[in-house]
This record gives sequence, structure tokens and C-alpha cells, in this order.
Amino acid sequence: MIGDFPQLLINGLLAGTQLAVPAIGFTTVFAVLRFPNFAVASHATIGAYAGYLANTALGLPAGAALLVAFLVAGAFGVASDEIVLRRLRTAGPLTVAIASVALTIVLENAVRFAFGNDPRGYDLAVLRDWRVDLGWLGRVRIGPQQVINAGAAAIAMAVLFGFLGFTRTGKMMRAVADNPILAALKGINAETVARLANFIGMGLAGYGGMLIAMDTAVDPLTGFRVMLSIFAAAVVGGLGSIPGAVLGAFVIGVGEELSVLVFDPTYRTAVGFFAILIVLTLRPRGLLGERAV
Amino acid sequence: MENYLLAMAVFAGCYALMALGLNLIFGLAGMVNLGLVGFFAVGAYASALLTVKLHLPMLVGWAAAIALASLLGAAMALITARLRGDYLAIVTLGFAEVIRLAASNEIWLTNGTDGISAIPAPGRGVLSPLLFNLQFVVIVWAVVGLAAWALARLSAAPFGRVLRAIREDDMIAAVAGKRVLAFKVQAFALGAGLLGLAGALYAHFNAYIAPDGFQPLITIYVVLALTAGGTGTMRGAVLGAVLVIALTESTRFFGGVIPWLKPVQFAALREAAIGLALILVLYYRPDGIIPERIQPQEPA
Repeated sequence: MIGDFPQLLINGLLAGTQLAVPAIGFTTVFAVLRFPNFAVASHATIGAYAGYLANTALGLPAGAALLVAFLVAGAFGVASDEIVLRRLRTAGPLTVAIASVALTIVLENAVRFAFGNDPRGYDLAVLRDWRVDLGWLGRVRIGPQQVINAGAAAIAMAVLFGFLGFTRTGKMMRAVADNPILAALKGINAETVARLANFIGMGLAGYGGMLIAMDTAVDPLTGFRVMLSIFAAAVVGGLGSIPGAVLGAFVIGVGEELSVLVFDPTYRTAVGFFAILIVLTLRPRGLLGERAV
Repeated sequence: MENYLLAMAVFAGCYALMALGLNLIFGLAGMVNLGLVGFFAVGAYASALLTVKLHLPMLVGWAAAIALASLLGAAMALITARLRGDYLAIVTLGFAEVIRLAASNEIWLTNGTDGISAIPAPGRGVLSPLLFNLQFVVIVWAVVGLAAWALARLSAAPFGRVLRAIREDDMIAAVAGKRVLAFKVQAFALGAGLLGLAGALYAHFNAYIAPDGFQPLITIYVVLALTAGGTGTMRGAVLGAVLVIALTESTRFFGGVIPWLKPVQFAALREAAIGLALILVLYYRPDGIIPERIQPQEPA
């Protein structure tokens, strides 16, 4: 069993890289709008389907389809906030959070209405697994698709970090997340930043949703199945912290894989829940977060 | 048709009991619970297993359902009580998923996805189906009436006033010398107990439970029931539950109206309607049909 350790660790790191993308999306929306937007699940699904259509109906390569997934899910994120959630903001963050659960059910069923329940696959080249000999650690198998996905995830994260760190708009977003009142005094339009946060956050959810779907399949529950892992990554890292979401995603990704050594594989998704409980008990603000109370 | 209507009355009673439980947790104490279906499932499985596997009497099963759900509710509240509500929302949502996962995978205990069948109930097979259903309508609604009455008393008592104070601002309640944590844990445990009891009633009436029956959508039904009826009022919670059942069941009959709709599309429309209804209620009737009125305190 312990001989599986290197293999599981590699699987976990690759899965964590993919998970980091929607987790960043969730935490970005939280950082600016200050509520957990549960509609991240349906936006991940929408992204996966948008990429599926771009890939199979339009014949775009996977990389271009990922961009479509980002843009379409981001557009849905802005639209659903404008139409549904924005008006409820005055009623408090909990009301918006509850409405976002209702929203995710509406969107998930809109997808089900359009595409049915049957799982669909992308038009991807089937690649043979790489086998790597690690000497005394044993041999590991690595799926090329997973490595490609992890690379695509890393590119998305690098672009986001560049945007937030070096552009004026990115700095504006960070300012609002850090101190909305001070940002408003400096003349930053909170509504513009909110729209931007929704576009980027839900866009990343869609991008990540397609990455995860490329590993498995596209169906109306694609996003819902990884929802708990996304929340767990964001909470473990500290809600609202983007580097935290990345770290949290690695913790959850590796934790889910390594849990197989102890528990039945079907319990993988429960790892996220218990990680949330442990972190909230010992360090409520998460590994890199700031405030939780 | 009578049998169907009576069965719906039983289900409406179960939802009403859940709405009452949520009303105590969220309506009075202001704590979110998006894992209602988890506590409901815990109650259903606890009572079903004790009566099917250990042949204990049904009332023992119900008591165990209340106790176990309360215990889990108390634990949940303890872990998250000092954190913002967003965390409680995430934790409870995760809790319900883990319960469903455990119910599907602990096959030695729960039969997995095959579920548990032949859950006993007094009079099953002896009474005619009509009388059996009628009997259950009486039992369930007696429980609902009792719970609504007791909670209304509790809500008017100092306990309820403290919960409302905590809901509005727990800092002020703490400054006023109230032990906020203890009140929150008690309210959550008591409310979760009602959710568990609703599950037990459902299991014994339905005679069969399986993980598939505990979808997250049920949580939304109950949240919709309470919001539409009137968060904070017991009559509102019960009324809302009846309305939600009426809504979900009446849409069932529109299936033939649009012939080109596939069954999966029709099912998707019905589910989407529930989400849409909740959003619309939050827009136009956030206080519900029977809004909460807080009695001004008589000067002593």
C-alpha cells in the first residue's frame, strides 16, 4: 500500500493544480463581494459545456475551447449577478448566499434541459500514459492529459497573478477586496470592480470546470460533484485569499488521493468536508486567510 | 386519488416539521442551515435501522432519530458558532453531502444504494391503504401541531427573545450577559432534532429509504417553504410547507401539456421552477405571507 505513495502524491498534485482554478474563482468572488457564491458549481458546469460545444461542434482545439469556457462562464457570471443576485445585496450576505443556491439549481437545470443527462466527452487525442522509473521509490504512471491540464491551470493562474499584481485594474480589485470603504474614498467604482470580480471568478470556475470535465466527462452535475472540494480548498487556504486557495487546493488534492491509503476510495469527496472541520476548529481563518469572525 | 392526496398530506407534514426546525435555527437564531436534508436523512436512517435490524419499537426509533440529529446539530453549531454565517452555510452543505455519501457506501449498515425496505409502521398490511394513510396523516399532523405550539411558546418566552437578539446582533446579546454560544448550540440542536424526527416519520410512512431520496433539492424545498410562509413565524413555516408541496405536486400534472418535451426536460423544468420560486420570493416577499411581528415589550 505504502508503495503507492509516490503515485498518489503525483496524482494529488496534478489534481490540486486543476482544483486551484475554480477555487481561486470562488475565493475571488468572496473577496470582493463578501458572500459565498454557491453558483460556482453551475458556472463550472456551464464552462464545461461551452468548451464542449466549442471543441466538438466548432472543432476548436482544447486550448481555444478553454478560452471559450472562461469567456462564456464569465459572461454568465456577470449576467446572473446583474439579473438575480445584485438586487438582493442590501438584504445581507446570507440572503445572497441562499439565492445563489437557488440560482445554481436553476442554471444546472437549464443545462439539463438543453443537453439531457447523458455524459459527453471532448474530442481529445487519446495519449498513452507515461511510465517513469523513480528508482527505489518504484514506478509511477502519469497521464499526459492530466499534465496538460495542470499546465493549462498553471497558465491561467500565472495570467491572473500578473493581472492582479501589475495592472491598474488588478490593483483596483485588490484594493476593494482589502478595504472597500478606503477604495471608495479613492474613487474606485465598487460596482465596476464587482462586475469584474464576477467575470473573472465565474470565468475561472468555467475554465476549471472544463479542465475537470476533460479528466472525466461533461454532464449537468460536473460542477456539483467538485463543489465540496472547491469550498474546502478555499476555506482551508482562507476564504478570500487567492494564494490561500492555491495552497488549499494542493492540500485537498493531495489529501483526497492519500485518503485512499486509509479509507475506501468512494470517501474521497468527504476529505474536503473533514478538512473544513479541522481547519475551522484549529485555525478558523485558514492557512493564509485574514479574518473569519 | 384519495390515497395520493393523503400521502401528499403526510409529506407536507414532514416538510412542515422541517420548516419548523429551520425556523428555530434560522428564523429565530439567525444561523444558516443548508444541510437540512442531512439531518433529515440521519433521522430516517437511525429510526429505520433500529426498527428493522434490532426490531426495537417505532417510538424508540423516533427518539433515537431526534437524539442523533440533535447531537450532530450541536456539534455543527459548536464548531462554527464563533465564525461568520458563511462558514456555517458551507459546513452544513458539506455535512449533507457526506451523509449521503456514507448512506451510499456503508453497505454493511445501510444496504448502500439499494436502500432499506420493509420499515415497519403500525397497521401496515392490516389496515386498508386508505385507512393506513389516514392514520399517518393524523399522526404526522398531530406531531406538527404539537411542535408548532411548543415552538410558538418557546419563541414568546425569554428563550425566544434571546435568540432573536442573537440573530439581530450577537455582540449586543453577549454584552447583555447572555451566553450566546450556549443559546446557539441549544437552538441548533433542538431544530436539528425536529429535522431528524421529520426523517423518521417519513421513513416509517414510506417503508423504504435510499440515498437517492435525500437530494440537496429537499433543502431548497424547505428553505422555500419557510421563506414563502414567513421566516420567524410558526404558522408561516407550516403554511409555506403546504404551499411548496402543492406547487411541486401540481406541476407534475402539466407533463402532457407540452407534448414535444422529453421527460428529462420536463423534470429539469420542474426543478428549475423551485429555484426560480425561491429567487422570486426573496425579491418580492422576503418577509413571507405571514411576516414576523415582534411584540413590543410591556414596561414592567
